[in-house]
Amino acid sequence: MQTKRTIFPNKVLPYFLLAPQLVITGIFFFWPAGQAIWQSFLREDAFGFKTTFVWLANYTALFEDPNYLNSLQVTLVFSVCVAALSLGLALLLAVCVDRLIKGASGYTTLLLWPYAVAPAIAGVLWWFLFNPTIGILPFIMERLGYNWDHALNSTDAMILVVVAASWKQISYNFIFFLAGLQSIPLSLREAAAIDGAGPFKRFFTITLPLLSPTSFFLMVVNVVYAMFDTFGIIHATTEGGPAQSTNILVYKVYADGFIGLNLGSSAAQSVILMGIVILLTFVQFRYVERRVAY
Amino acid sequence: MATRHLMASLIAAVAMAGTSTAAFAATEITWWHAMGGELGAKLEAIATKYNESQSDYKVVPVFKGTYPETLTAAIAAFRAGQQPHIVQVFEVGTGTMMAAKGAVYPVYQLMKDAGEPFDPKAFLPSVVGYYTDTEGNMLSMPFNSSTPVLYYNKTVFEKAGLDPNTPPKTWEEMESFSKKIMDSGAAKCGFTTGWVSWVQTENLSAWHNQQIGTLENGFGGLKTELTYNNPLVAKHWANLKKWQDAGIFQYGGKGGGNDAPPKFYSQECAMYMNSSASRAGVLANSKDFQVGVAMLPHYADVKPQNSIIGGATLWVLQGKKDAEYKGVADFFSYLSSAEVQADWHQGTGYLPITQASYELSQKQGYYDKNPGADVSIKQITLNEPTANSKGLRFGSYVQIRDIIDEEFQQVLSGAKTSEVALGDLVKRGNALLREFEAANAN
Repeated sequence: MQTKRTIFPNKVLPYFLLAPQLVITGIFFFWPAGQAIWQSFLREDAFGFKTTFVWLANYTALFEDPNYLNSLQVTLVFSVCVAALSLGLALLLAVCVDRLIKGASGYTTLLLWPYAVAPAIAGVLWWFLFNPTIGILPFIMERLGYNWDHALNSTDAMILVVVAASWKQISYNFIFFLAGLQSIPLSLREAAAIDGAGPFKRFFTITLPLLSPTSFFLMVVNVVYAMFDTFGIIHATTEGGPAQSTNILVYKVYADGFIGLNLGSSAAQSVILMGIVILLTFVQFRYVERRVAY
Repeated sequence: MATRHLMASLIAAVAMAGTSTAAFAATEITWWHAMGGELGAKLEAIATKYNESQSDYKVVPVFKGTYPETLTAAIAAFRAGQQPHIVQVFEVGTGTMMAAKGAVYPVYQLMKDAGEPFDPKAFLPSVVGYYTDTEGNMLSMPFNSSTPVLYYNKTVFEKAGLDPNTPPKTWEEMESFSKKIMDSGAAKCGFTTGWVSWVQTENLSAWHNQQIGTLENGFGGLKTELTYNNPLVAKHWANLKKWQDAGIFQYGGKGGGNDAPPKFYSQECAMYMNSSASRAGVLANSKDFQVGVAMLPHYADVKPQNSIIGGATLWVLQGKKDAEYKGVADFFSYLSSAEVQADWHQGTGYLPITQASYELSQKQGYYDKNPGADVSIKQITLNEPTANSKGLRFGSYVQIRDIIDEEFQQVLSGAKTSEVALGDLVKRGNALLREFEAANAN
């Protein structure tokens, strides 16, 4: 096939057209990122009177700090739990809706609503539901013999933030899974059904592998979501507690920098986070482009 | 010709009018504060009254959120050259502000430069002591100071067969009274508390005359080291764990303890320790029962010393015009007058921070009409403050407070004994103090 290429003789115009985007990227991404990197090599008092260049001292201090290592571990547990729970439930809901003949659009609309809720509001909602003093769920759990207390019990606190964060993300995953499911030709499943494969067999051998590009994409998106977009949820529910058991990396950046006024360490932590995002983006582009499975 | 003359004089008149209004426009003074709700309204009223009382200056109060948020905002603003004239900083931020010598215009200096009469002796010693440097100079303007007291439910006391006019004096009585209340079914739990860090650790130590940091609890310099791991705090935290297991004590959460007030208001817990400035809230939420106010309990084998303050002071930031600082000084004189202070004290439950305002409140018969309102001031002035009960001054103290909460939670959840938790608290806190020392050393 022959392609026709249009050549624009003007050499300046393309840069001119790109300029707005470049300016925005420069001001809002490269400049702050550069400042964070510079700041991460400094030790400074809160007001900025005394600045000492300390090379990598902020970084080495971080990796010697058991709280930072704990925060890494907490972030890992949290992101894996949120990704697994929200992907699992979203897939279940999507499969159910996919089988519906009537009213599918109604369900879809309802299931999408939580996505429109701001993280802080979601946090407050779940905080109310699980509040040990006034919440309805601890009241019921006490009847069932479980003493819920996320203010003291690390596991309870982790469950609370995982549930709140997953709840919000299910909608997003659901809509992608539903679209993915609907793009799988019905004939494949019919053929398998005629060959005698039951619904579970059909799901695991046909539907799931064919969904894998969607699943992989969502996995990366969910991990990024759990690591970065859940600040509001943590802030509104546990504030990283009890005893740092829900102090994820993003929250620690805020707590150390804005509450503790330790700007050097906070900057070093955000540079590390930036590295993680770059890595995740790389993985995403490299493998999703190649398409998983088939 | 005539019209031209007229025009010229008109222009001149307009120009004159312009300059004269500029000359009469009041100099604006920005005041960043952290008082929300009722307290915020009261604070706004003070500013409005001041603005009405004279025409040279106009104080503009701006609410900036919580105490830590206000402090962070002020620091960020200072770095950007957009700082307010006055900022309200809570007591745990004192170490940070004092170390920032180039950012702060010390109040004693400000008053001297502006020629305003200013006598530090007019203030309560326990308040002044907290905010003076080692030479005895006052660095910030005391504004809202409080101290923790014990609130108790008289109605529940009566139901449990206790004398509603005899609150528990000692921790031993706290335990036995609580048991009696719970056994009689008058309430589900004995007591709860706000601010585990401030009430059950710092004030507990001062009240029992125990040191919590070397170099006079940090007043002596940046080289201070924490000594929270004293036998008293260890015993007390262990007791709180024991009492929690027995249902006598219920934990109200970290920081200020947001879950504590509802436990007391709903009559689930019969007693509640919190700031004297919680008084307005307690009275507003205790419509179904009678409330009594008492001093903090102490262990029977120790004579109580005096409690320490919390709350905030007003710091003046550098980098403004002299004329504006004159206004700040004038406003501070107004603010510390007996009438304004007495009004603020009576309306909020904060301490009357000058002797004159305390005497004025007495003269007005406020304490006769409001029994219990003077418990806080009696408690804070019970004895001449010692090196252990003057207060505390540590850098990075906002974070250390968080560590106190975290370690206390570990004790309550049974993950650590109180000795181990306090040992870890001291270790983690000292690391922050050394970091602060390195960042602020000259």
